[in-house]
Amino acid sequence: MTGTIAVGSSDVKSAARPTAANRALSGPRVSGRVVMMTLYLLFLMLPIYWLVNMSLKTNMEITSGLTLWPRDITFDNYVKIFTDESWYSGYINSLTYVIINTVLSISFALPAAYAFSRYRFLGDKHLFFWLLTNRMAPPAVFALPFFNLYSAIGLFDTPWAVALAHCLFNVPLAVWILEGFMSGVPREIDETAAIDGYSFPHFFVKIFMPLIASGIGVAAFFCFMFSWVELLLARTLTSVTAKPIAATMTRTVSAAGMDWGLLAAAGVLTIVPGALVIWFVRSYIAKGFALGRV
Amino acid sequence: MTKTVNNKAWFFVLPVFAIVAFSAVLPLMTVVNYSVQDTFGNNQFFWNGIGWFQELLDPSSQLGEQFLSSLMRTLLFSFIILLIEVPLGIAVALSMPREGWTVALCLVLMALPLLIPWNVVGTIWQVFARGDIGLLGWVVNRLGIDYNYTGDPLDAWVTIIVMDVWHWTSLVALLCYAGLKSIPDAYYQAARIDGASRWAVFRTIQLPKMRRVLLIAVLLRFMDSFMIYTEPFVLTGGGPGNATTFLSIDLVKLALGQFDLGKAAAMSLVYNLIILAICWVFYTVMTNVDAGRERVEA
Repeated sequence: MTGTIAVGSSDVKSAARPTAANRALSGPRVSGRVVMMTLYLLFLMLPIYWLVNMSLKTNMEITSGLTLWPRDITFDNYVKIFTDESWYSGYINSLTYVIINTVLSISFALPAAYAFSRYRFLGDKHLFFWLLTNRMAPPAVFALPFFNLYSAIGLFDTPWAVALAHCLFNVPLAVWILEGFMSGVPREIDETAAIDGYSFPHFFVKIFMPLIASGIGVAAFFCFMFSWVELLLARTLTSVTAKPIAATMTRTVSAAGMDWGLLAAAGVLTIVPGALVIWFVRSYIAKGFALGRV
Repeated sequence: MTKTVNNKAWFFVLPVFAIVAFSAVLPLMTVVNYSVQDTFGNNQFFWNGIGWFQELLDPSSQLGEQFLSSLMRTLLFSFIILLIEVPLGIAVALSMPREGWTVALCLVLMALPLLIPWNVVGTIWQVFARGDIGLLGWVVNRLGIDYNYTGDPLDAWVTIIVMDVWHWTSLVALLCYAGLKSIPDAYYQAARIDGASRWAVFRTIQLPKMRRVLLIAVLLRFMDSFMIYTEPFVLTGGGPGNATTFLSIDLVKLALGQFDLGKAAAMSLVYNLIILAICWVFYTVMTNVDAGRERVEA
């Protein structure tokens, strides 16, 4: 009995020291961390708040003096965007090429990423490097030749031109992310499935893809993101019928001066799709930004 | 993990190879083609050899001087950006809440600037920093500081840098956060038992574990800031004067503004070669880190 008590008390002692150290470590840190995080988030949100704030004001109110919140809230700017076809078609155009691009990138990248993660083949390293260099090529370099190329094959001013052009950096990125996630799946699964008599396509679709579902989600998120935010190529490759929203926004400069409220409302609406998509992948976002390689 | 040698894997890679080659090789050949020719218009081209390259790399010519100064501006910009964003990103990642609903909230809010189209980022700051209708410009002017980003080169630089910090620090923070999440609790417990200080925990546990993601962060940030176009173009249009004309702005002006194909093409190639060189360093370092890790794990 005394033995156990002694052991117990020594346990308490040894446990007490680290807890004290722990408290010393985390005591002042907690408040510091909260302050840091709050300040940072405030810094991030202020400009966005200002945009939302402006979008709910009339141009009169915007130009007549600084107000921290709209005095009389108006939704006219949003109504105008949703009722004027030349405005809302911009959103439809943008979403069209973004979705085409995401589907193309993922479906092309899946088999390639599998090959890179499972096999060694002639020129694999060089090929992978070459793919990555395209992710890093400045779009400014490609603007003019893309314009020539897509005009020549008759795709100019269609969503396909922009979707294909964005594949230049999205396909390598998707291969990169998917390869990272696939390498985390043990090879034994492939072998077991083969022994169990699954054909390769059956195995890939029914067994392998569900295993890397989060990776596919993250890769799709990134393709969506980079295609959605890119403007230089999208603007160069379209003129009227496939004009992206980002290019439509320049219309707010008119002879009567700048239509600030409308510009702000259009800006706010471009943030919405991104915010929705982030919400769906929030649990995987950190791993995704590390390209599946943590 | 040892991989089996199988050249049939090429069939899996072929579609990717085809689609990227279509988008990359053909345009690149066009650029090479333009870079060695000159034109008098009317689609009549003649051979110019390495003339454009000589002019571009000769700082005494007008084109060369312009190129060199935009290159220096771009390098300076990338350097300042890294100097601010990397430490700030680490600090933010360390400040992330450990658990609870606030984690998801912080992640979503942090990622928000990353998903805003780049020209809208420019627009947001264009409005936000204006002295008359923007909160930032108004407050700074009220504090008695003469601030006008469209007129004063230094103010323009500060605005662009703050904008980029706002836009991209979250990327560094999210990467570091991913690295921090991969540290097993046992490491922290061991540090507690040893009575390690906060700084010692950071130096010996957290920083080494973040090394890999930090590398990705630094190189992604370097390359993306080196290619920056849309945001400064919307915000300042490269001005005042040429104060914020970065390489890509210069290039687009040459190519699509003045339609100076030969010069623009030569510039594209040199620009691309610089990026390629950096990219190669990136890839070599990454694969070495990978190899090192596999050796340790084996």
